[in-house]
Amino acid sequence: MNAPLPPQALAGSARAEPVLAVAGLTKAFPGRQVLRGLDFTLSPGQATALIGANGSGKSTLLRCLVRLVEPTSGEIRMLGRDVPMLAPRALRRLRAEVGIVWQRHNLVPRLSALSNVIHGVQARMSGPHAWAQSLAPAPVRGEAMECLARVGLADRALLRVDSLSGGQQQRVAIARMLMQRPAFILADEPDASLDPQTGEEVMSLLLDLVREEGLSLLVISHRLEHTLRFSDRILGLANGRIALDLPTSRANPTSLRRFFDHAEAA
Amino acid sequence: MTALAPARFRHRSLVEYAALLSVLALVVTSLAATAPAPEKLGSGFARLFAPSGMLTQMVPPDFTRIAPIAWKLLETLQMAVAGCFLGLLLALPFAILATDRLSPHPLVRHAARALIALFRTVPDLVWAIIFIIIVGLGPAAGVMAIMVDKIGFAGRFFAEAMEETDPGPQDALRAIGASRLGIIGSAVLPACLPSFTATSLFALEKSVRGSAALGLVGAGGIGVDLKVAFDLFNYDEALAIILLMLLLVVAVEQGSGWIRRKLI
Repeated sequence: MNAPLPPQALAGSARAEPVLAVAGLTKAFPGRQVLRGLDFTLSPGQATALIGANGSGKSTLLRCLVRLVEPTSGEIRMLGRDVPMLAPRALRRLRAEVGIVWQRHNLVPRLSALSNVIHGVQARMSGPHAWAQSLAPAPVRGEAMECLARVGLADRALLRVDSLSGGQQQRVAIARMLMQRPAFILADEPDASLDPQTGEEVMSLLLDLVREEGLSLLVISHRLEHTLRFSDRILGLANGRIALDLPTSRANPTSLRRFFDHAEAA
Repeated sequence: MTALAPARFRHRSLVEYAALLSVLALVVTSLAATAPAPEKLGSGFARLFAPSGMLTQMVPPDFTRIAPIAWKLLETLQMAVAGCFLGLLLALPFAILATDRLSPHPLVRHAARALIALFRTVPDLVWAIIFIIIVGLGPAAGVMAIMVDKIGFAGRFFAEAMEETDPGPQDALRAIGASRLGIIGSAVLPACLPSFTATSLFALEKSVRGSAALGLVGAGGIGVDLKVAFDLFNYDEALAIILLMLLLVVAVEQGSGWIRRKLI
């Protein structure tokens, strides 16, 4: 069962400015149209699951939102900024406010968990003191330890991340994302490479951040049960279009299955 | 029924046969034009071992001037260490600029790659002659020559190591708005550290071997003494110098091998 929405999400969702507003978004690669005109908005303080079969364009959409992949056309307004129009410096500032959790955790394997978490501070400051825990000033180290404690890994701070389990590495990646102090979280199948129990813990951790910190979350989900348990709203992508948009409480598992069926996508 | 065995060799086209013949012709003509005649080689070896021959006069080696030779060996090692250190230091920015993912612009990348190729292609003896003209005879020219040679050597291997690193951590940092320098310092350098260490130690070994030869053109180090010993027909002293050089090179190789095993 879903945890209750935070007060700001319930009260303000109707009138507060959306964290994300997408209109007419398209993305074409040579010989292939992936996104065919998407329109949707996300309210603050909500967890939204983005579902769709393999190749439906979920990851491309996520990358287009912060211009890691340049969209072909359309409007994206995120955290009050017109994303396609942003100059490189302004784009960097926007990205600093958006935490991304990847399917692969993308940590630097030879460094400690603490150093990897400290890398998150590069969203706010630059210079060698943000490169490794041994160079970081005391307040940054302290904040990084708090982030590690938030994901339950404070006791593993000085271990090399490649000595941690897959689930622990994903938690370190989430702690690095917290170090950014993000206003909006994008997560690309954060539970994909994890066993069911660890995947559930990671998804639960992300939902806790939405509930307790009032953050907004757009998460690509490839597990039906996680979609139903860890989101407030579901967006379904099919053939490059939004084919489903409904509150999770009204979702019917049977009707959602087609978004997880790889054969239908092909 | 027994299955037929496949053909022993793959069928080749006429073009492939022509290419093979061309390579063979190149090898044969090269050997014919440049390789020494067996009888000439035989008489040459006989001269070496004759009572007045060089090898005969080399034995036993003459260590009477061991103190000045040892100082020159130390100078050779210092030239190698100083040149190698400066070269590795400068190789890093060149390598960053030559790397696809880290270079600020394709033109910069091409320019950096061209310079690295130039530094690598021109032999260190030629660099030594150029720097003798600039800074005069002595170890400083040798240090500069080793430095430039190492920019070419390490620049290429550093760039290759950076190209081969997992792009994931770099993309993750780019996605949170990290600067180019931040990505290099946080993700690229830590990932490349084992490879950089191995390359640096090989560069040091190469520098020690190379620095001994640089003295032959007047760029300092033990090479000067070796040349003088040969010029004055002091072959026994030349053998002593060669043996001490061998000792130095083996010591450096053993030391760097030990460090490599400890660090990587």
